[in-house]
Amino acid sequence: MTQAMEYRSTDPEKACIVEREFEAVDEQLHDVLGFLEEELEKHGAGRKQMMALSLAMEEAFVNVAHYAYEGMEPGKAWVSLSFYDDQLTITLKDTGIPFDPMANEDPDITMSAEQRKIGGLGIFMIKKSTDSCSYERKDGYNILKMNKAIR
Amino acid sequence: MEITKILKDKTCTFKLEGRLDTLTSPQLEDALKEVPEDAEQLVLDLKDLEYVSSAGLRVFLNAQKNMAGKGEMILRNVNDEIMDVLEMTGFTQILTIEKE
Repeated sequence: MTQAMEYRSTDPEKACIVEREFEAVDEQLHDVLGFLEEELEKHGAGRKQMMALSLAMEEAFVNVAHYAYEGMEPGKAWVSLSFYDDQLTITLKDTGIPFDPMANEDPDITMSAEQRKIGGLGIFMIKKSTDSCSYERKDGYNILKMNKAIR
Repeated sequence: MEITKILKDKTCTFKLEGRLDTLTSPQLEDALKEVPEDAEQLVLDLKDLEYVSSAGLRVFLNAQKNMAGKGEMILRNVNDEIMDVLEMTGFTQILTIEKE
């Protein structure tokens, strides 16, 4: 696993934050999810919440792996997990092409199987499986934050 | 992910075990190429499937489209976790689902 940096703050007065760096490629997906799920277990996350957060993490990470560095050398993705009480914020950063997934139009999920298009489904699933999400472009980074109660 | 294929008469069943995600869904895509041309029923048994992401849903949708006209596709033994994802994405409206 690429792990250039891991910062862990465990001051009980503050949020517990863990951050790791990954290559932004599909092959890293299981390492990314392993990292998330291990931390969720440590913090006593519920089973349904774990599933939903893994889903959001996969869709967001794969999106970066597929599109952020399109036409460039594969870049990095940074995943940070911030736990405070029963709240988790996942922050995913990359230095790729500016892209606001939250501005993406939701797919029409009422269409028949024949008409169904699969594009945009991943981003829609991020929104549906978290409590809130936000995007900003700052200092050359795409920064996607996903929040959810873990219990 | 483990995939077991069972062929009986005109029914082709695949039992899926583990996680169906971006990295494992090509495995299912390949397995589904082995569905005989004359199969009238395609069953995906999801009893031991723990997780499905949009990559897996894409394979379900394509399989459904491939079966259209010659038969049906059924998702069998769908557990609560998988059901949540199918509901979230509206797939419960377009796929034939038998709950666990």
